[in-house]
Amino acid sequence: MASEKINMPQLGESVTEGTISSWLVQVGDKVNKYDPIAEVLTDKVNAEVPSSFTGTIKELVAEEGQTIAVGDLMCYIDTEDSAGDATQPTNKETVEASKETTEQPNQDQSMKKRYSPAVLRLAQENDIDLDQVTGSGQKGRITRKDIENYLSNGKPKTTSSNQEVSSKPSQAQAEPVVEKATSSAPVSDMQQGDIEIPVTGVRKAIAQNMVRSKQEIPHAWMTVEVDVTDLVTYRNQIKDDFKKKEGFSLTFFAFFVKAVAQALKEYPQLNSMWAGDKIIQKKAINLSIAVAKDEELFVPVIKNADEKSIKGIAKDITELAGKARKGKLTGDDMKGGTFTVNNTGSFGSISSMGVINHPQAAILQVESIVKRPVIVDNMFAARDMVNLSLSLDHRVLDGLVCGNFLSYLKKTLENMNEKTMSIY
Amino acid sequence: MGKERHEALGLTDDQVIEMFRTMLLARKLDERMWLLNRAGKIPFVISCQGQEAAQVGASFALDREKDYTAPYYRDMGVVLAFGMTAKELMLSGFAKAEDPNSGGRQMPGHFGQKKNRILSGSSPVTTQVPHAVGVALAGKMEKKDFVSFVTLGEGSSNQGDFHEGLNFAGVHKLPVITMVENNKYAISVPIEKQIASKNVSDRAIGYGMPGVTVDGNDPLAVYKAVKEARERAINGEGPTLIEAVSYRLTAHSSDDDDRQYRESDEVEEARKKDSIITFAAYLKENGVLSDESEKEMIDEINSIVNEATDYAENAAYAEAEHALKYVYEE
Amino acid sequence: MPVMSYIQAVTAALKEEMQRDEKVFILGEDVGKKGGVFRATDGLYDEFGEARVLDTPLAESAIAGVGIGAAMYGMRPVAEMQFADFIMPAVNQIISEAAKMRYRSNNDWNVPMTIRAPYGGGVHGALYHSQSIEAVFANQPGLKIVMPSTPYDVKGLLKASIRDNDPVLFLEHKRAYRLLKGEVPEDDYVLPIGKADVKREGSDITVITYGLCVHFALQAAEKLAEEGIDAHILDLRTVYPLDKEAIIEAAQKTGKVLLVTEDNKEGSIIGEVAAIVAENCLFDLDAPIKRLAGPDVPSMPYAPTMEKYFMMNPDKVEKAMRELAEF
Repeated sequence: MASEKINMPQLGESVTEGTISSWLVQVGDKVNKYDPIAEVLTDKVNAEVPSSFTGTIKELVAEEGQTIAVGDLMCYIDTEDSAGDATQPTNKETVEASKETTEQPNQDQSMKKRYSPAVLRLAQENDIDLDQVTGSGQKGRITRKDIENYLSNGKPKTTSSNQEVSSKPSQAQAEPVVEKATSSAPVSDMQQGDIEIPVTGVRKAIAQNMVRSKQEIPHAWMTVEVDVTDLVTYRNQIKDDFKKKEGFSLTFFAFFVKAVAQALKEYPQLNSMWAGDKIIQKKAINLSIAVAKDEELFVPVIKNADEKSIKGIAKDITELAGKARKGKLTGDDMKGGTFTVNNTGSFGSISSMGVINHPQAAILQVESIVKRPVIVDNMFAARDMVNLSLSLDHRVLDGLVCGNFLSYLKKTLENMNEKTMSIY
Repeated sequence: MGKERHEALGLTDDQVIEMFRTMLLARKLDERMWLLNRAGKIPFVISCQGQEAAQVGASFALDREKDYTAPYYRDMGVVLAFGMTAKELMLSGFAKAEDPNSGGRQMPGHFGQKKNRILSGSSPVTTQVPHAVGVALAGKMEKKDFVSFVTLGEGSSNQGDFHEGLNFAGVHKLPVITMVENNKYAISVPIEKQIASKNVSDRAIGYGMPGVTVDGNDPLAVYKAVKEARERAINGEGPTLIEAVSYRLTAHSSDDDDRQYRESDEVEEARKKDSIITFAAYLKENGVLSDESEKEMIDEINSIVNEATDYAENAAYAEAEHALKYVYEE
Repeated sequence: MPVMSYIQAVTAALKEEMQRDEKVFILGEDVGKKGGVFRATDGLYDEFGEARVLDTPLAESAIAGVGIGAAMYGMRPVAEMQFADFIMPAVNQIISEAAKMRYRSNNDWNVPMTIRAPYGGGVHGALYHSQSIEAVFANQPGLKIVMPSTPYDVKGLLKASIRDNDPVLFLEHKRAYRLLKGEVPEDDYVLPIGKADVKREGSDITVITYGLCVHFALQAAEKLAEEGIDAHILDLRTVYPLDKEAIIEAAQKTGKVLLVTEDNKEGSIIGEVAAIVAENCLFDLDAPIKRLAGPDVPSMPYAPTMEKYFMMNPDKVEKAMRELAEF
């Protein structure tokens, strides 16, 4: 004797369960194959379910009125072994030889150098050397995700002069900060007429750097007012000749950059950067200047500004701004800045608070020169005034040194005239 | 009924016994398929029950060595008469690789077997009518003496292909015999909601061919109508429309519950005219069949059905990748 | 070598195949005495008689369905749909029956039938005498769709279609019928179904198209060559199933791919071609895959302004080719 199961059949194409409306057999009843054993009700049909075996009913498992799933047990039946009715279908689908799926993923690197357009674009925008990136894709292919991971894990910064010191200690901090930067975009409702602007490329890089600066650097601010009447007179006297002779403009900004370079020479504390357990004071005075182009912001560098004449600086500014506007700035042009001078005055701003260009320690906003009545020697005088606003990394710098720096700068600028200052 | 009925048609006792045997085999196979479905072994059944007389009677009137048939999904009687075996039908029920109809690709009831000149059928109804006309056209072009025999339900006779096909056959006087098996229901919709004319055969006049309505429960009446139609066709007199009126004794399919739309009294009434009973009675009345020989026949058929079931249940399915084969010539 | 028009090549292919094989016969509306509304079957009724050039009742499903039955028996019917636009009543027969016959019968039955239909616009045919209908049928495994572009291709491909043991939808551009002329050999030749054909070698951009648009692309390519733009032109010839290898090879050749069809853009054949290129040629592409197609409106309007706006022409193709070349 063998005990066989009779399960709930699928009665109807989309039917998943059946209800036993009544049993037509009792335990101990002898049944032949195809004899009806139960009435079953489904969504589609009422039907008598036949026995699949000849034998004796052993146990009714499902009860009358009970709803059970297709394939669930209805009852047990004892069969004669010799009856040969318990036909086990021998037609099981050909067992597929379990295919070897243990491929060695890292052996074949033939796709390592096949860059998708998305990967190439990211690499270009972020100045990534793709040889340095490990590909997780098939046959070593670098995926877009690989680049994104590479970026969020802090790729080596392009500023070669400070990368080895700055990247190491800030690693632990930098990571969560950047994570936050990329994921903190609030999901706001789009209303009709709203325009969705995808954040990509330079915009994304700016956003990431700004978030990093603001979150990592404890900013403090200071502003001084400078009387540049003499400087204005001086520059206005010579600018036309200069333009004619040199072929490019002599802007006020060149004078400010020159003055800042001198002041930094005097107060090198401001020409330094935070490196976790130490502060690194930079020898070279490389001044980053901010240049906006459409939606993009570039920060090219005037190298060794302290060693350059006003003319040399003016030339650098003209060249760098021109390259930025044509999109021709190279990585080299933007490398190695130690302090930033931001010409906010060009937009007419008279007061602003700059965000420090990480990992530098300070940024100076040169505001708009405005002719204002000022009391000089107890008399009103019409003077050309300008505000200089300094943002400082309070980890690196304190009020005193910055105050001294600004005073020095103020003095330098107020004394700039044809006698004290040669443009060559 | 007198014995002269089948003799008058030129049928021998052996031939009418063979007709009955074929009807009974169709019935028993069909019943077994329902049991297999209710036992969860085959997913789907669509029945011939109630229409065996028309199917077998018509087929016996044809030249089953030459003629072509384009059956519809209930025509188990037709395909058995044309040479398909019980085993082959069971293989189709179980969707096994050896199924000659489709190798387990189509649902049961989608008949087709080239060696027996059974055209392959699909599920959208009535598409087979133009095919049968095409075969007849080919036969006429090649000057062959076969006919093509196409069947369908009365609901299907509303399809455009019925009109287009019969009109084509009528215009070109093609040797096509169209038999509508009027079982009074198109799934749940009764004949009066399907067809505005009294009979389906009334439509024949529009196609320039004779139309006759016969008792579909009487295999001899159907035999006679088809026999005459075949003679006309072979003589170049063109097509004929035959309507064989019977009744569908089961639900539309294993997925349908007919208690939702018709009274059981109506079904019980129809069962009294079931050809399996009435034709057996005729044969017994005329001494062609006895209780004893009938029992012998039933036992023999039961063992054929059991054998076919066991064989088909144990036969192999097609390999999964076989699904990719025979899209185009290989 | 004789020069013949596109439609003369159709007639020549039919005639040669009917002479060659008695199983070949034609059925359709007005194909007999009249010789077809476009005169594609001109002279065949006289040569082969009524039985083999059969005027059928005006009923497209019967034309297809009766053809299928005859083909199952072993004939080689060539059914004509008077206009491709009128094929719709026969869709069930073509898709449910002809395309699936071999598969559903597990290789027991097959349908060696050719269905010819004139498609396309630019002939003042308005909505129902201008349509491109290939996309309706181009996802039906079991069916082949051939759309020739030159008289030479017409003869070779139509003969191949008639000899094919599976159903072939053979779509002839009705404006090409008398517009295009070319050398057609008198001898018996067939061209392979399922193979695309390079109609022009080039290195700057790849144009993949079919039917009459091949002609437009070739014209545009000649003009652009004077500007130094060197176009590679692939004629699909068979639009279903597509010659994937040839498509990939052509796309890889220049990395800039323009796909052209006269059909509506969305859901058209060239969308599938674009998918094949996208799936296989990511690292070879030098520009986004471009599609030039008709607008997504139901069909070509009757008024000349609107018809011209819809219809493809060499200028539109040239403009798209130049833009891609400059990318």
